[in-house]
Amino acid sequence: MPTYKAPTREQKFLLHEVLELSRFSELESFKEADPEMIDAILEESAKFSEEVLTPLNRVGDEHGCVRNDDGSVTTPPGFHEAFTQMRQNGWMGLSADPKYGGQGLPGVLGIACGEMTSSANMAFTMYPGLTGGASKAISIGGSDVQKDLYLPKMYTGEWTGTMNLTESHCGTDLGLLKTKAVLQDNGTYKITGEKIFISAGDHDMSDNIIHLVLARIEGGPEGVKGISLFIVPKFTVDADGNVGAANGVTCGSLEEKMGIHGNSTCVMNFDDAVGELIGVEHKGLRVMFVMMNEARMGVGMQGLCQSEVSYQNAVIYANDRLQGRSLTGVKNENGPADPIIVHPDVRRMLMDARAFNEGGRAFLYWLALQEDLEKYSPDEKVRERADDFLGLMTPVIKGYLTDKGFENCVNAQQVYGGHGYIEEWGMSQFVRDARIAQIYEGANGIQALDLVGRKLARNGGRALMGISAEIAAFVKENEGDENLKPFMDGLSDAKNKLQTGTMWLMQNGMSNPDNAGAGSVDYMHMMGLAMLSYMWARMAKVAQTQIDAGTDDPFYADKIITGKYFIARMLPQIDAHLAKLHSGAEPVMALAADRF
Amino acid sequence: MKVLVPVKRVLDFNVKVRVKSDQSGVDLANVKMSMNPFDEISVEEAVRMQEAGTATETIAVSIGPEKCAETIRTSLAMGIDRGIHVKTDAEVEPLAVAKILKAIVEEEKPELVLLGKQAIDDDSNQTGQMLAALLGWPQATFANSITKDGDSLTVGREVDGGIQTIKVSLPAVVTVDLRLNEPRYASLPNIMKAKRKPIDAKTPDDYGVDISPRLTTLKVAEPAGRTAGVKVADAAELVSKLKEEGVI
Ligand SMILES: Cc1cc2nc3c(=O)[nH]c(=O)nc-3n(C[C@H](O)[C@H](O)[C@H](O)COP(=O)(O)OP(=O)(O)OC[C@H]3O[C@@H](n4cnc5c(N)ncnc54)[C@H](O)[C@@H]3O)c2cc1C
Repeated sequence: MPTYKAPTREQKFLLHEVLELSRFSELESFKEADPEMIDAILEESAKFSEEVLTPLNRVGDEHGCVRNDDGSVTTPPGFHEAFTQMRQNGWMGLSADPKYGGQGLPGVLGIACGEMTSSANMAFTMYPGLTGGASKAISIGGSDVQKDLYLPKMYTGEWTGTMNLTESHCGTDLGLLKTKAVLQDNGTYKITGEKIFISAGDHDMSDNIIHLVLARIEGGPEGVKGISLFIVPKFTVDADGNVGAANGVTCGSLEEKMGIHGNSTCVMNFDDAVGELIGVEHKGLRVMFVMMNEARMGVGMQGLCQSEVSYQNAVIYANDRLQGRSLTGVKNENGPADPIIVHPDVRRMLMDARAFNEGGRAFLYWLALQEDLEKYSPDEKVRERADDFLGLMTPVIKGYLTDKGFENCVNAQQVYGGHGYIEEWGMSQFVRDARIAQIYEGANGIQALDLVGRKLARNGGRALMGISAEIAAFVKENEGDENLKPFMDGLSDAKNKLQTGTMWLMQNGMSNPDNAGAGSVDYMHMMGLAMLSYMWARMAKVAQTQIDAGTDDPFYADKIITGKYFIARMLPQIDAHLAKLHSGAEPVMALAADRF
Repeated sequence: MKVLVPVKRVLDFNVKVRVKSDQSGVDLANVKMSMNPFDEISVEEAVRMQEAGTATETIAVSIGPEKCAETIRTSLAMGIDRGIHVKTDAEVEPLAVAKILKAIVEEEKPELVLLGKQAIDDDSNQTGQMLAALLGWPQATFANSITKDGDSLTVGREVDGGIQTIKVSLPAVVTVDLRLNEPRYASLPNIMKAKRKPIDAKTPDDYGVDISPRLTTLKVAEPAGRTAGVKVADAAELVSKLKEEGVI
């Protein structure tokens, strides 16, 4: 049975020492969050994740969700109780607006807690996760009446939420969607259509489910210009928030799928269901896109989470499993063989995951902090800069963390040898669960196109120039330190290669857009590698300062060792990506479609 | 009824304990510390008593270094009303703890002191008993159930082979066992509220207690490692081997 130990030491290191949240104590939402409070929150969330959610991960995988004859959906045993415990203990409203009953704490702390629940149980965490996404959409685009009606109950988890975008003929290309909305005399709409793959679409954990549905108002423009966003509750809600009769929304069937069995993936049928418009007619995608930043960060996090938990288990196994002898002589004299952790190739897989997890976590928390700064900073410049970074880096967090996260799960499975392929050991579940994060919320190829085609050039490339300048200043500031040299050299090199790649895209992407399309995933990975180099350099600096001050905590020496591994063994990947980018569209597009 | 709940900060139960190389004790540097699990149970019980209206006020006490304030904070997040932190960096043995608690009891005048039956670091299982003796109060140890009727408590005690039920008159000292209850997870709003609950900072001197150790630690050593076993062919060989080893 796999285990999970929340990495609270790592989390505290990032929040207190690297990101130094205490710097922001004057900002609304950081006021309450002094270091002691942050630690208390992390420890309690860790306990809940380890003790309640971890044991349910396997249960969810084995039982899955069941659609009953009456159309209702039952979640795996224990999910309902755990969810009740989570919501009654107030975790769902952690970073939500206090005006609607949230706790108003920093979003970066919410991400840290989300990391723990999602590492412990990804399928489970999607129920509160989607509720967060749906309530976010209402908070961005909803009227005051809608906010008053829905947000308080969603922040307490009494009601949960979903996002209904996908239809059978449209996933990426939402312009094709057919679900129809017809205006009624009383100002509401009747929604009709079929949505597929709707996560948490129906279940037994809350009193009501608030579906956010993309649909086209009858007679509206074709394509993406005619898409509107609606609130469609499972049970109708009166003006006082009382739950009434069933609305015309039903779960037609559940999908059989590769992983996240504990989360219900539903075909949702809307038959003249009553819906309320959010925001302006035909402008639904605008709200959706703001909300998506958050959802994509959450999915990026899932990649990190599965990588972390599978790594933890692989380390335990590698210390336990005795096979072969170390190439440099027997290490375990009393045993019939050495533990496989002595073998360099096993080390390679474990170190790849470790260096990614620690760097990726720093990157994720850094970006989550940008969202807080964007929301709460009184300084317009700071807000603008944070918003720039959010826009630019969100597709990278989603695409890079989930691609690498999945790869690490496969490697963790590899460490188990044949046992990794046997369900009993649980490594297969991590691989199967992690896989979806590369696909939903916009497939990773689409993230890369978003990065290259939209985010990079926005505001004349201001975001990339901003982060490049920040990195250059950081390198300059630390140039003299011999101990940090490998980190600063690596970071400079990464920054320069990223710039070279960007220049190439600008020169060649316009003349032939396929040049940009062919290299976009490589470019996204280059950006991921560059950002992890930056994070590692910052972490190394903090660690080195502690070491210079004579710390007796081995944590800091471990950081330097792991960071050096990243620079030596993972960063060089950036050269391969750059070479592929430079090769342009030609090798990719040369073969005629009918010659495949 | 006012309830006093002593809580101890100990090595987290998940931590693999390492003996210091000079054998002077176990290595506490850079390891995770938490509330003694038995104390979580006494905290939970006190909070339940308050929720049920049996307890009117609940006070957590911790004796030890700066960081013990965090342990008190944890109990406040679970629902305890306020804390008393008796600060000292010195090692405090059960007798010294009992003496300090006695002084606090005389000041606070609780009717019940609810302790864990033992702490998982030194496993002494002494503090509650010593405190009862010093106070001249009745004691009920290893509680598996506690009910208040009038001026007394009925306590089910975990003893070998079953549960022994006794009645103690109040005021009393009760130490709790593992199966008394299942401690709650603190809610997020309560963690935030805990920050505003008061913790009095005191020292052993404030209570006039001499905490100097009465025991000397000679040596702390790892238990001997298990040696490899042998396979036996059948039951007869097993019996003869066991006889050889003097086991039967
Ligand atoms: C388990 C699960 C849960 C889901 N949960 C939800 C949910 O809660 N709500 C919801 O609305 N949807 C949900 N989805 C749907 C998911 O978001 C879509 O499946 C995903 O966005 C991809 O859409 P598609 O399946 O139609 O693939 P397609 O759009 O058909 O894409 C197929 C492939 O083509 C590529 N491609 C498509 N267009 C382009 C292009 N222009 N340029 C380059 N490459 C392109 C894609 O990258 C992809 O690799 C879920 C899906 C699954 C499997």
